[in-house]
Amino acid sequence: MTVYLVRRLIQALFVVLAMSLIVFVGVYAIGDPVEILISPDADQIERERAIVALGLDLPLWQQYLVFLTNAVQGDLGRSFVFNEPALRLILQRMPATLELAFGATFLALVIGLPLGLYAGLRPNASASKTIMAGSILGFSLPTFWVGLMMIMVFAVQLGWLPSTGRGTTCSVLGFIGLQPCSSGVQWSFLTIDGLSHMVMPAVNLALFKISLVIRLTRAGVRETMLMDYVKFARAKGLSPARVTFVHVFKNIMIPVVTVVGLELGSTIAFSVVTESVFAWPGMGKLIIDSINVLDRPVIVAYLMIIVMMFITINLVVDLTYSLLDPRVRLENKGT
Amino acid sequence: MKPNIRRRMLAASTIAAAGFVLAAGQASAQTATIAVGAPVTSLDPHYHQLSPNNAVSDTIFDRLVNVDDRSRETPGLATEWRAAEPTVWEFKLRPNVRFQNGNAFTAEDVAFTIARLPNVPNSPSSYAAYARPITRIEIVDPLTIRFHTAEPYPLLPLDMTNVRIIDKEVSENATTEDFNSLRAAIGTGPYRAVAHRNGDRIEFERFDGYWGERAPFQRVNYRMITNDAARTAALLAGDVDLIDQVPTSDLTNLRRNNSVHLSETLGLRLVFLGLDHLRQANENSPLITDNDGKPLGRNPLQDVRVRRALSMAIDRRAIVERVMEGAAVPANQFLPEGVFGYVADLPAPTYDPNGAKQLLAEAGYPNGFRIQLNGPNDRYINDSRIIQAVGQMWTRIGVRTAVEAQPWTTFVGRAGRQDFSAFLIGWGSNPDGSHPLRNILATVNRDRGWGASNRGRYSNPQVDALLLQSLSELDNAKREREVVDGMRIAMTDVGVIPLHIQTNIWAVRRGFEHTARRDELTRAQDLRPAAR
Repeated sequence: MTVYLVRRLIQALFVVLAMSLIVFVGVYAIGDPVEILISPDADQIERERAIVALGLDLPLWQQYLVFLTNAVQGDLGRSFVFNEPALRLILQRMPATLELAFGATFLALVIGLPLGLYAGLRPNASASKTIMAGSILGFSLPTFWVGLMMIMVFAVQLGWLPSTGRGTTCSVLGFIGLQPCSSGVQWSFLTIDGLSHMVMPAVNLALFKISLVIRLTRAGVRETMLMDYVKFARAKGLSPARVTFVHVFKNIMIPVVTVVGLELGSTIAFSVVTESVFAWPGMGKLIIDSINVLDRPVIVAYLMIIVMMFITINLVVDLTYSLLDPRVRLENKGT
Repeated sequence: MKPNIRRRMLAASTIAAAGFVLAAGQASAQTATIAVGAPVTSLDPHYHQLSPNNAVSDTIFDRLVNVDDRSRETPGLATEWRAAEPTVWEFKLRPNVRFQNGNAFTAEDVAFTIARLPNVPNSPSSYAAYARPITRIEIVDPLTIRFHTAEPYPLLPLDMTNVRIIDKEVSENATTEDFNSLRAAIGTGPYRAVAHRNGDRIEFERFDGYWGERAPFQRVNYRMITNDAARTAALLAGDVDLIDQVPTSDLTNLRRNNSVHLSETLGLRLVFLGLDHLRQANENSPLITDNDGKPLGRNPLQDVRVRRALSMAIDRRAIVERVMEGAAVPANQFLPEGVFGYVADLPAPTYDPNGAKQLLAEAGYPNGFRIQLNGPNDRYINDSRIIQAVGQMWTRIGVRTAVEAQPWTTFVGRAGRQDFSAFLIGWGSNPDGSHPLRNILATVNRDRGWGASNRGRYSNPQVDALLLQSLSELDNAKREREVVDGMRIAMTDVGVIPLHIQTNIWAVRRGFEHTARRDELTRAQDLRPAAR
């Protein structure tokens, strides 16, 4: 187990290193950040000053070396745009994204699993057919379109929900009354107003995931129901509930856990569309803004964090396998 | 030292208290919410020269010389100014002005501000250029300050419209982060910032000690919603009261909607075509070939008849009406009427495809040639559709045009390396004709700081000479004549092809009124409740 973890960590380091190099060269190839950031009426002297100020006067390999030296000491550079440490900028935005991603994943499981289970157990019922047809819509409708439609219907026409933003936020300590709400890490899900702001973006993010979970669950149930051990359990006279939830459910969870884990990762990393449609101040919005102005330190730091996160999620998924299915042995598995 | 600390603590505790009120979710008729399309990157007024930052700085801070909605210079923190000697500008400061922390505003603060401009670390686009002409600052008395320059410098008051004054006591050694965290974000403006979340929102509260007209709202929330459709939806849903950068595709619907109205004015941003003047008449321009795709052996754009033909081939009215949905005005020069340096006697742009063909034939291209027209697709309103339209119009007179649009991040670098033969770009002017003349049309010259955005490398000694004269002319009437003459020559010579000047459009919810500004700034103080 320890050997396994150490090996995974070393692999992770190499991936992060390669990634930072690719991004460095990539951003360099796209264009010159100074051209983007500088005021159009800046004269030549001012342009030269800005190039030096942002450290872009050095050759690329030297810039990369400087970056690596600082990174080893935990400094991933300062944002060209905000003049704040890139890491801090990202961490400031992280809670907004995390609560949205976890909210969406929660919805996906709470709605997707029961519906999928039902559709798998009663494949011919008309309700099941409706569920499956609905899941096709969830797959195929583009996120930004659904998001805008939701805003038009629920915010503009009906006026039930606020259109954009995060609403009132509160910190965990503030929520239980230990300090003022406004100090500490801010969460929307701790206030009614914040929750009402969260509903639409979370549902919008969840639609695709719900459909995915429904389809995976249904397929798994259909397959497992025909297995010998299920037949045997039923022949033994076990109750349908016990057969469903113990014998079937546990066995279909492996693909579901894998997919939900990866989906959680990509939601955290790339919920760009939903965040910009709903003006949700998360990391997705930060990264797209940063790409637009070639804010290299933020782009690099962000992608490094994302790589680390995916590696961690994969690890957790693998560990979950071994819990769900004792036959899975970590040492024998590849990456 | 001691009173300083006490003041800081006082400021900190009011900010904390304000945060409390906010957390309680209080909203009333006293509150207004504004949504802007471009993110504000810093509350440090001297860190990053960017319109959204300047708009917010204008709310918290003041400048010596203000610019009103019509882009005229008006007294700000200075009540009057004059050239006391050819190389000395004297500013009389407004008495009884207080900063939002209670400190009195004096000449010391102005001197400190000017000294700080070149010394903001890591600035991606600094305000240092406004301090550079000043060789010495002389504080005559607490309300009189003199700026000494090496040479006569008429643009100093205009430069001062770009500099927001900060409090010396609070800001000594303050970093950009201190401004962002609000510790140092203390000015003399109508609203003070009480909360700031980077790239998301800023919250303002009325400053009751403001020297000018009292701000109409107790609180103003200033939100950044970069997605166009979401911004419009937030307005329609009643979540925000004012939005800027209204997408042209929404204009028709918004005009029909009774619960909102539009607030618009002609702006200072010209969208124009730059042309390759770098390659000489006997050289090849990079993206021009003959009709068979072979090198032409010469640069047709060096012939003024060809440039004029390309300009005459463009139906600007059609572009303004169809592509821009009316949100622009056809232009023959950089500035709109009424702004310093407007050339009144330039003929209106004409659409004359037959005349254009004739000119091409006279220039030796009866069958035209091939050209590629480049442009950004994410920078100016409808930019990629404009170049498509121009491409078709050019093709109609025999100049077969291929159109290529690309993201600004890659476009601007290539334009700066003179990779293009013809390209679309925009220019938001300061309200002074010398500004576009110096940056776009003057011969590139590092020592003078000229032509920094002259990406086509236009060069005309007559224009340069007039500009040089005007830059040391302290008599404003004479100076305007020189600027106008220079601009007339450059425009008659078709140094660039002007297309249109954009209209700045805000959408306002019923119950509110907004003053539209030519300089595109979306400022909290320009919004007020509608008169009943």
